[in-house]
Amino acid sequence: MNLFYLILLPLLTAVSVLLCRGGQIKWAAFAGAVLQLALAVGLVVAYGQQRAAGNTAQMLFQQQYMLFSGVNISLHVGVDGISVAMVLLTSLVSLAGVLVSWKMEKMTKEFYFLLTLLALGAYGFFISLNLFVLFFFLEISVIPKYLLIGIWGTGWKEYSANKLALMLMGGSALILVGMLGLYFTAGHNFDILSIANTAIPANTQHLIFPFLFVGFGVFTAMFPLHTWVPDGHSSAPTAGSMFLAGISMKLGGYGCLRVAVYLLPEGAKQYANIIILLSAIAILYGAFATMMQKDLKYMNAYSSVSHVGFSLLGIGMLTQTAITGALLQMVSHGLMTALFFAVIGMLYDRTHTRLVGEMGGLLKVLPFISTLLFIVGFCSLGLPGLSGFVAEMTVFVGSWQNDDVFHRVATIAATASIVVTAVYILRAVAQTAMGPVSNEHFLLLKDAAWYERLAAILLVAAIVCIGIGPGWLADLLRPAAEIITNRIAGK
Amino acid sequence: MNEFLTLMKSELVLTVLIFLLLFVKIGRGVHNEALLPIIQVLLLVNFIAGFFFNGQGSLFGGMFHTSPLIAFEKNILSLAVYLVSLLFAGWLKKSQHMPEFFLLMLTALLGMFLMISSGNLLMFYLSLELSTIPVAAMANFDLHKKRSSEGAMKMVLSSAFSSGILLFGISLLYGATGTLSFAEIPALLNGAPLQVLAFVFLFSAFAFKLSVVPFHLWTADVYEGSPIAVTAFLSVVSKAAMAFIFITVLYQVFKPLQAVWYNLLVLLAVATMVVGNLFALRQQNIKRFFAFSSIAQVGFVLVGISNIGVLGVSTVVYFMLIYVFSAMAAFGVAAAVSHYANKENVDAYKGLYKNNRFLSWIMALALFSLAGIPPTAGFFGKLFLLAAGGERAAYWFIAVAALNMIVSLYYYLRVVRAIFMDANETPIDAIPLGQGERLGLVICGAGIVLVGLAGGIFNFIQTLH
Repeated sequence: MNLFYLILLPLLTAVSVLLCRGGQIKWAAFAGAVLQLALAVGLVVAYGQQRAAGNTAQMLFQQQYMLFSGVNISLHVGVDGISVAMVLLTSLVSLAGVLVSWKMEKMTKEFYFLLTLLALGAYGFFISLNLFVLFFFLEISVIPKYLLIGIWGTGWKEYSANKLALMLMGGSALILVGMLGLYFTAGHNFDILSIANTAIPANTQHLIFPFLFVGFGVFTAMFPLHTWVPDGHSSAPTAGSMFLAGISMKLGGYGCLRVAVYLLPEGAKQYANIIILLSAIAILYGAFATMMQKDLKYMNAYSSVSHVGFSLLGIGMLTQTAITGALLQMVSHGLMTALFFAVIGMLYDRTHTRLVGEMGGLLKVLPFISTLLFIVGFCSLGLPGLSGFVAEMTVFVGSWQNDDVFHRVATIAATASIVVTAVYILRAVAQTAMGPVSNEHFLLLKDAAWYERLAAILLVAAIVCIGIGPGWLADLLRPAAEIITNRIAGK
Repeated sequence: MNEFLTLMKSELVLTVLIFLLLFVKIGRGVHNEALLPIIQVLLLVNFIAGFFFNGQGSLFGGMFHTSPLIAFEKNILSLAVYLVSLLFAGWLKKSQHMPEFFLLMLTALLGMFLMISSGNLLMFYLSLELSTIPVAAMANFDLHKKRSSEGAMKMVLSSAFSSGILLFGISLLYGATGTLSFAEIPALLNGAPLQVLAFVFLFSAFAFKLSVVPFHLWTADVYEGSPIAVTAFLSVVSKAAMAFIFITVLYQVFKPLQAVWYNLLVLLAVATMVVGNLFALRQQNIKRFFAFSSIAQVGFVLVGISNIGVLGVSTVVYFMLIYVFSAMAAFGVAAAVSHYANKENVDAYKGLYKNNRFLSWIMALALFSLAGIPPTAGFFGKLFLLAAGGERAAYWFIAVAALNMIVSLYYYLRVVRAIFMDANETPIDAIPLGQGERLGLVICGAGIVLVGLAGGIFNFIQTLH
């Protein structure tokens, strides 16, 4: 399996989008996204075959080409279970994103071009094994986000776009400093696998770790640096929100784990308690803040802060189960939140409102979309059989393995948030979908079109698939998580 | 004789061009429309010729020396001048004195060539003057505009002042060491107070020319007053040439005083980045905006120079190459808007995307490159500069530089936002770009995308050293 196809294919898609005209544009983007999904599935299969055949290398399908010999930067790619899962997530969300934007009329060419560029950045990020290249792909995704929100957004779009771009750039600046710190301490080396083999003194690790973790933390909406999330998500166009929450926030979580924790285990141990504290606050604060929201998009944005807190909590717990849970949560949240934003987009296109108070009885007129709302709501509050349950449960079990008071209290606090989640989800879903139809205009509304159905079915299938049979995904993630925890344990 | 021809090849080609133009000017009857393409081709030939027969050696008893790296630096400057002839074609064609413009510009370029090749402080001083005085005349090229004369006057006064400081420094240095040769000075430097004083004077003069804070005050006024073509020339070509010779002087001549100037350089780099960025935040005139942003860019160049090693040289040369493409593209778009729509305010760019897609994308690319956002080349340029500066393990210094990148992103995004997002009921009409302008912008755009992604160029620069 040649991993460069994962970069080449989106690139070709982007170029073909530029070359097409009018109605062909979305078909080009669609075809590209389908091929990307096929490629990602192929990657999962090929990866499984390699592992089944007994290949125990940490990273598979590695390739390395020297780019800048003078500063020792090479294009080094390779995947482990985590990267494979993230690539699959990216391809699913981007296909769904293309589908829900089917009726986009304003500057379609630019729109699909930027969407494809975002996906390209995510693929490149997840397969890079060189810090510089990884950083390059991380940064590539900033500008498309800015333009997507600023041009196609709604509400305070300029403000939100600016805030997002500047905060993410701030995160990048921190990552940059940490990255250069690693580069010089590891003897002019950006390569993740070779840095991992270099002994870095504990003091240096303590110094560099906060830069990297907080830097990536901004991308993944770590409390208190989450403030770009509500504004950014609520102003972005539907597909933009899906990409932002479904993929971009995962870039940060992946970076926290792969770069900060994996390369600097001593630093991770030093700051683990602070991470746990911040994520516990984020989980509770996010949940309570969601309760107060009236706008569905703001609701999902704040609940994302809460849900992403679970990933960070899992990472901070530093046990193998908890980290596996954190990764499961990243995948699950990516799918779930993308679906949620898609549903909100579909509702908004029809009712022209996102306020919970103005909707009502939609189950009668829009049965398909309202059912989706139920599914995504239940997934969000952790109903067994859907992916949210699997992920959160794993995080809790893994967290409970730390048997001191601090970890236990944090775990209990985080668990308690599920109740709050249930309150806001049930309230919002009930008010939107059930009861009498609140507005007579709603009676004329048409239910989901084929493209919306396709996007939704894709995401629901993945959510149910993980919910019912989480084994395959957990098996994919666990060995990679174990390598990280082994490093932390000093093995 | 043969050696003279090969080593001074670039200068000789330029001199021939200058004489050709002079004859054209004397013999009358050639129309601007007809003449400009010829000049453009000649400049292209000049640029391409720079790649062949590059030798290494010195002439005139060490007064003049050249090497593949210096030849490459000259090529960068030639490229920039070629781009000037393309991008500002619309304005040049309307000018009554187009041949003179090129005469002056090429003379200044000749001065710069000699300057970066100089191996003696006297030679350096002479060539510096040769490269400055014509530019002052160019700044005054919009004869009917008062601001243009004002800019030119300020330019003359400030450069005369800095030249005075430079000469004072040179004479002190001569008094302290008894020689003016770049090769002989280092052995004679021992950190005596007089030598340090001489160095400080020389350093200030460089700081003046490079618009390093606190010697930057002339920059914005001169840039605003001059025609955009001249602003571009000043902020790209002059700056690049000064940066090249600055490195040579610091790394070769004043290497023994490294302990003295390293801290000074770091301090000034921080001040330059911060002040340049903060002032750029609130500028309304696009030329003043670029003036301050170019000051901030110089701050980043100083970060790279603080490396004191091979990496310092190659990253600065690489960054300057990228800067030529990015800044020229930005100025090119600004010139088109200024020339055809007669607007120079940032607010006038609101809604530009509606009727001018090509210009808008080129401007966006240029701004992202200046801000250091991938996939543009500016990302690689900035990052390598920071990596070079970080080699001496000054983390706070890199952190400050990285923070400055955020501030700069803020104001670059302001223009992007105006172009793509802000509503405007009367956006600028479709601008009829000429062939030359279009070609120039395409070259810049291609450069912005390719110079970074093609790692070979940076590797090539490193092998030159």
